[in-house]
Amino acid sequence: MFFVTYFHFSQESSGNPTVAVLIILTVLLTGFGVFDHIAQWAGAGTIIPVTGFANTIASAAIEHRSEGYVLGVGGNMFKLAGPVIVYGVFSAFVVSIVIIIFRALGVM
Amino acid sequence: MEKFLWAFLVGGAICVIGQLLLDGLKLTPAHTTCALVVTGAILGGLGLYDPLVKFAGAGATVPISSFGNSLVKGALKEFEATGPIGVLTGIFQITSAGISAAIIFGFMGALIFRPKG
Amino acid sequence: MLQGHQTWVFKSRPTIIASAAVGGPHEAQGPLAADFDLLHEDIWLGQDSFEKAEKKLQEQACETAIKKANMKKEDVQFLLAGDLINQTVPSSFAARTLGVPFLGLYGACSTSMEGLALASLLVDSKFAKNVLVCSSSHNAASEKQYRYPTEYGAQKPPTAQWTVTGSGAAMVTDHGEGPKVTTATIGRVIDMGLTDPFNMGAAMAPAAVDTIEAHFRDLKRDPSYYDVIATGDLGRVGHRIAGDLLKKHGMDIPEEIFTDCGILIYSKDQPVVLAGGSGCACAATTTFGHFLNRMRKGELKKILIIATGALLSPMSFQQKESIPSVAHAVSIEL
Repeated sequence: MFFVTYFHFSQESSGNPTVAVLIILTVLLTGFGVFDHIAQWAGAGTIIPVTGFANTIASAAIEHRSEGYVLGVGGNMFKLAGPVIVYGVFSAFVVSIVIIIFRALGVM
Repeated sequence: MEKFLWAFLVGGAICVIGQLLLDGLKLTPAHTTCALVVTGAILGGLGLYDPLVKFAGAGATVPISSFGNSLVKGALKEFEATGPIGVLTGIFQITSAGISAAIIFGFMGALIFRPKG
Repeated sequence: MLQGHQTWVFKSRPTIIASAAVGGPHEAQGPLAADFDLLHEDIWLGQDSFEKAEKKLQEQACETAIKKANMKKEDVQFLLAGDLINQTVPSSFAARTLGVPFLGLYGACSTSMEGLALASLLVDSKFAKNVLVCSSSHNAASEKQYRYPTEYGAQKPPTAQWTVTGSGAAMVTDHGEGPKVTTATIGRVIDMGLTDPFNMGAAMAPAAVDTIEAHFRDLKRDPSYYDVIATGDLGRVGHRIAGDLLKKHGMDIPEEIFTDCGILIYSKDQPVVLAGGSGCACAATTTFGHFLNRMRKGELKKILIIATGALLSPMSFQQKESIPSVAHAVSIEL
């Protein structure tokens, strides 16, 4: 919203800079060790928004740095964020196919 | 000003649903976020998520449920433009910014920080 | 010598000639800070991983105990040590540094008393003169392995416990002055079907109760025999459950002598610890630091420590297994 009002982004394109800024902020808060303390109070309020997604990636990446940059950081980065992407993509695929079939049949 | 109020209320309501899944059904955070993503995809498919975005703006786009909606939207948009293969090529089209940003800044975070405990 | 069904009585009364406790920043803020030999402000201990930091904690605890016993490494016949990390590498790596014949242990958070019982058995049966027991845990290393990355923002319920960062070591010998290990009761694995890894106190309480009852049944003793009866790391939630269960079974332990290491080690104004302390180091540092110091000062004459361990792994939890638990009791007397 802030971006629509003050930076004259269009309604459609405002999503991207909003998300990017929230992600950068989350990575910084995670790195400084503050995010987990905020989340202990806020619960789903920090897990459900895109901040939670960024925190799963950043915290796993930072945590496993001691196992090296390839297998540690690279291999563990999606340890927690993986399920969201897998379930998101698979369900989106199924939903899309169903809609396409319905459209072909002329239902929708 | 009214826009901000709705963004706050809708975003808050989605988080309250998440909190109920966490505490009420004792789901792990991973199960909760997955459930919301799948719900977002289904609502997106039914064409119910976009009206919510129009109404509540970032209140609907920032929660993870919007990720599911965007995946469906991207897949359908590319399907219309390029045919069946579009479902595969378009699925990440809209969400690319979020995923790329999380990977890039997450990696940079791992270069700079170490866990504080 | 076996007495009753599952209790060892050590006729020769092996001596804990020296003991040591090492802790981290949260333990330094707790009420037992003065009982630690060494406290670290930095959870990394200058190492580049949490696992190495835990190894360092064990090395320091062992070295301090050896020094306080006026011994050299060569005087120690066996080292019995354990921790919570996969394949107990901090213990094995600390044993590599010490170069003492080594037996690795795993009893989750009951490891400290498992080790003390076995060390006393070795000394009592004259298979060893000096045996060093050590166990450790590290908050961040445990979080990383059992739960989520330390910086991950998952909410913890008030029943969750805080893994103690620290290590406790004790030198058990067949000679010298000091508190004596008199009996040990080895516990059964008890599983009441609880599955919540954020409420381990409740999962472990029935195991503690089972072992406490077995101890008094085997020895035909009454709880009033002891000055302190302390469970290992049940925390505020689990300790209350254990007290209620004991009352239900007709065993009334007076509240002023029945306590829990997980409650004692932190103060009430440390909200981060939630229901209290846990981990291998919880019972180890509280017993080998706080309780033994009080015995040496003569404040306590007879104590019973029941260290409790939740025998789960991250994989068993994901495979929807419940949390089996074990508890071992060791009595120490002057």
